[in-house]
Amino acid sequence: MKAETSTTFRAFAIELAVYAVLVTGYFFLVLHFLSGWLQELHLHHVKLYALVAIVLIIGQAVLLESITTWLFRLLRGRSE
Amino acid sequence: MFFPISQSHISPIYLVVVGFCIGVMGGFFGVGGSFIAGPALRAVGLDWNFAVGTDLAHIVGKSVVAAKRHRALGNVDLRLGFIMALGTMGGAEVGAQLIQMLKRAGNVNFVVSIVSIVIYVSISSFMIWEAWRTLHLRKKRRPRSKVPGTAAKQDESSFSHRTRAIQRLRLWPMISLPTSGVTISLWVIVLVSFIGGLFSGFLGGGAGYIRMPMMVYVLGIPTHLAVGTDLFEIIISASYGTFSHAIKGNVDILIALVMHTGAAIGAQIGAVSTQYFAGPKIRLAFVPLPLIGAAIVIYTLLTGHKL
Repeated sequence: MKAETSTTFRAFAIELAVYAVLVTGYFFLVLHFLSGWLQELHLHHVKLYALVAIVLIIGQAVLLESITTWLFRLLRGRSE
Repeated sequence: MFFPISQSHISPIYLVVVGFCIGVMGGFFGVGGSFIAGPALRAVGLDWNFAVGTDLAHIVGKSVVAAKRHRALGNVDLRLGFIMALGTMGGAEVGAQLIQMLKRAGNVNFVVSIVSIVIYVSISSFMIWEAWRTLHLRKKRRPRSKVPGTAAKQDESSFSHRTRAIQRLRLWPMISLPTSGVTISLWVIVLVSFIGGLFSGFLGGGAGYIRMPMMVYVLGIPTHLAVGTDLFEIIISASYGTFSHAIKGNVDILIALVMHTGAAIGAQIGAVSTQYFAGPKIRLAFVPLPLIGAAIVIYTLLTGHKL
């Protein structure tokens, strides 16, 4: 039981570390490439901005959910 | 880091940590976490109108992640979620219009702060009372104090006699919800969701802090299903709210995207954790959260600092 808990926590810690690296890279890509364009949309095409905002947040949610699920399966598979 | 849309400087690490904490709570309690996210965004200098709109956008993403996980655990009633989404969108639009009126009047911060405090304290007080009564009833007559629900996830509540009375109201059309094990008037569902939507548009977030308890106490949905279904419904209603606020210039999507990177992993942890707790314990654990939000808003009002 104790060994199982320890394995789960280790897998989770590794998942967090890998996820943090991926997310940090993603941050700089997204913020670097999108901030100017999004600000322009926000100022001059507000309806398009609203639509793009929803697409971006849902798209990111699906992407990150897939990454975390994949990471979890990968690490859990290796630890078992 | 500078966010040009809202013209604000906010640490991305702060946003990720806030997002993670709110993600865990959201996945576990089925709430948007606006009672924490709103003050947390205000604490770093964002105006209320931006805090409200940006928080809604972040909630859309977090709810997608948590609802997907809850669906895999069998905690989502899709029929109920779609019906509630309609009422919530109507309420959210009315709430957003109220915010616009207050912006024009120039006292949006004060009014929203006062309303927030009243709502947060009322919810916590009611849930403390209900939890105490439920625990008392469990000792005396456990088999009879169950909220109607599915056999696997039946719930207990001291409010169940009122819930049954509401379910007996024969206001046509009656809607059968086999997943939740409930048959109830459409108008009751719409009213519950409209009230939730009104607070969502006015105070920000998904208003799960008021809708999740109402789903349990008024509609009689078992707590686990209320959490999952609320998250599913929040995806639809918060998307509409985000669109509505974005058109009014109240959303900084870059802040929401950064917050969501933390929330995505937190929401999964929260969703999976619900499987290890019974309904009354989830509701009892819920009690301090709105009080924390109220304390932060009171501090802001008394000191004048944006916290």
